[in-house]
Amino acid sequence: MAVMSYLEAIRETLRQELRRDPRIMIYGEDVGVRGGVFRVTEGLQAEFGEDRVMDSPLAEAAIIGTAIGAAVNGLRPVPEIQFADFIFPAANQIIQEAARIRYRSNGDFHVPLVIRAPFGGGVHGALYHSQSVEAFFAHVPGLKVVIPGTPYDAKGLLAAAIQDDDPVLYLEHKAAYRSLKGEVPSERYVIPLGKADVKREGTDVSLITYGLMVSYSLKAAEALAKEGVSVEVVDLRSIRPLDVEAIVATARKTGKVLIVHEDNLTGGVGGEVSALIAEHALFDLDAPIMRLAGPDVPAMPYSPPLEHAFMVTPEKIQQAALKLARF
Amino acid sequence: MAEAARTTGAERDLWVRMYRLMVLSRALDHRMWILNRQGKSAFVISGQGQEGLQAGAVFALDPAVDWLAPYYRDMTLVLGFGMTPREVMLGQLAKAADPSSGGRQMPAHWGHRARRILTGSSPVTTQVTHAAGLALAFRVRHERAAVLSTLGEGSTNQGEFHEALNFAAVHRLPLIVLVQNNGYSISVPQSKEMAVADVAARAAGYGIPGVVVRGSDPVAVYEAVRAARERALAGDGPTLIEAKTHRYTPHSSDDDDRSYRTPEELRAQKQDDPITLFREVLAAQGLWDDEAEARLLQEVKLVVDDATDYAEKAPYPDPATLWLHVYGSDDAPAAGAGRD
Ligand SMILES: Cc1ncc(C[n+]2csc(CCOP(=O)(O)OP(=O)(O)O)c2C)c(N)n1
Ligand SMILES: [Mg+2]
Repeated sequence: MAVMSYLEAIRETLRQELRRDPRIMIYGEDVGVRGGVFRVTEGLQAEFGEDRVMDSPLAEAAIIGTAIGAAVNGLRPVPEIQFADFIFPAANQIIQEAARIRYRSNGDFHVPLVIRAPFGGGVHGALYHSQSVEAFFAHVPGLKVVIPGTPYDAKGLLAAAIQDDDPVLYLEHKAAYRSLKGEVPSERYVIPLGKADVKREGTDVSLITYGLMVSYSLKAAEALAKEGVSVEVVDLRSIRPLDVEAIVATARKTGKVLIVHEDNLTGGVGGEVSALIAEHALFDLDAPIMRLAGPDVPAMPYSPPLEHAFMVTPEKIQQAALKLARF
Repeated sequence: MAEAARTTGAERDLWVRMYRLMVLSRALDHRMWILNRQGKSAFVISGQGQEGLQAGAVFALDPAVDWLAPYYRDMTLVLGFGMTPREVMLGQLAKAADPSSGGRQMPAHWGHRARRILTGSSPVTTQVTHAAGLALAFRVRHERAAVLSTLGEGSTNQGEFHEALNFAAVHRLPLIVLVQNNGYSISVPQSKEMAVADVAARAAGYGIPGVVVRGSDPVAVYEAVRAARERALAGDGPTLIEAKTHRYTPHSSDDDDRSYRTPEELRAQKQDDPITLFREVLAAQGLWDDEAEARLLQEVKLVVDDATDYAEKAPYPDPATLWLHVYGSDDAPAAGAGRD
């Protein structure tokens, strides 16, 4: 099995999918010759030609709106939004159109569309190149929201998203692109959307998380093991739909839950996960549910001390989990 | 450049000031790349190649009453509007005293209320609607002032460009939209951004004048912006000006332009360097010589050194300030959520 970075896993999956299904097409800003600003699509235009890997004008609403039309007319578009922070000109198309078309047409139309977008911070990207946008979109029925936390999952989830008949927002953490590496099989496989994964078994505390925070939580768990605390790490992988069963199972198992995300606290995924646990496993808990999240300030600042103060880090996770373990 | 030959003394003085501003801006910009290579500044985005059109535009405005809604390549414009080299460097090094954002935003996200420079974000083109709104307030209060907003040609493909110009045209707002067409939207050449040769042609769709000027000719840009401002103040509405220009650097310090443009192309563009060309124009008119150039370079070096030293010594923001300015009253409840 080859060791790949998170970025390479995404690129190789796109390549494999483009080879597999001639209906698949990629477009977005700078995805062609430049291979995207992060080089995720590097080499794909050379292999598949401009008709299948195409630069688009700088206009997100048009990128997603045309992708909806193309999807309805038989293509499987996989458009890229250059940074998740710039998805909002297309929010109308994603929320009002892509997500509602199946429902509003009484099942007559559907939109097989995967929107890829890099998100997240800690890369000196400042307010508008660091955002976590998932909670806005996780609120929308009709849309699926997927966030891989490892190279292996990046491949299986992307393949699953592409074969799904409904619109999927596939968010890629920028800081994970080159820092995360792992074994990725060369053959095609899919990881079902809506299924969480226990990344580490433990008995004292559960960390429920997703995205870059999976690797950070694993680091924290490793450190805590040395202090005699046994931590379970559950990677949600899909934040819509959520894997209720897996969430409830881990809560019942350890009785102590810390939910971790980089997105800001209020209205974040943590609130929903917490509500599910309260509904289904309240009397199995040994401590109040805790959340560790990005602060409720409008976005991540650029200046190093402020950026550091904003970011959720392995150390902060470790501290919070230890506090919970000792509750 | 024929215009320059018929100029008055006051105008000739203006041309020299434009030139000095261009040279200062280029030198500051160069220094930023050095700081980037030294690992002292994580991000640079440049206006190298676009100084001439910005210098021409800014001198056609009145910084005492007009507003600027700029974009990230506009260092020359904001320097001309009163931002100081020290302030520019404070922003470049993300220091607490950066007037644009206290180090919160990436460098080159200009903003300065006292200088009438509107704070700008990264999502392109949003500033054009804000500029139309600033102009609306002028119109409503019957104030004689105009707003200049700038953006790249790629950014004119956003819906908000159309929406802002249409709004401003309908209400005859005192707005000048200056498109700095450097032929690229990061890696995407103009031919793949739009099917027209001139962004200015789009003005016809709003019933307003669309003007094309050569960006390496500051005087031509000055004349175009001055005429647009007169039109704005007369209540005749907005003007769309397109300056054809070049981007001499990669898109930013995160970009590598070798994958999408050739060194030959860049070399050819450098034949149209606004600084070299304007120096020749001034020299031909007897307004500039080698001695003046040597003196200016010396002077500019001192200014850039001073700005760099000053900003390097300045403190970073205190991490506790992360929580400030979420709302006007810092005790608003939501501002505390997530605090330890
Ligand atoms: C809404 C939005 N989408 C994408 C981006 C990323 N981006 C930043 S600059 C840029 C290209 C802008 O090109 P142009 O308008 O021609 O200006 P130039 O940089 O060439 O001066 C892109 C795609 C962004 N900032 N905002
Ligand atoms: Mg451009």
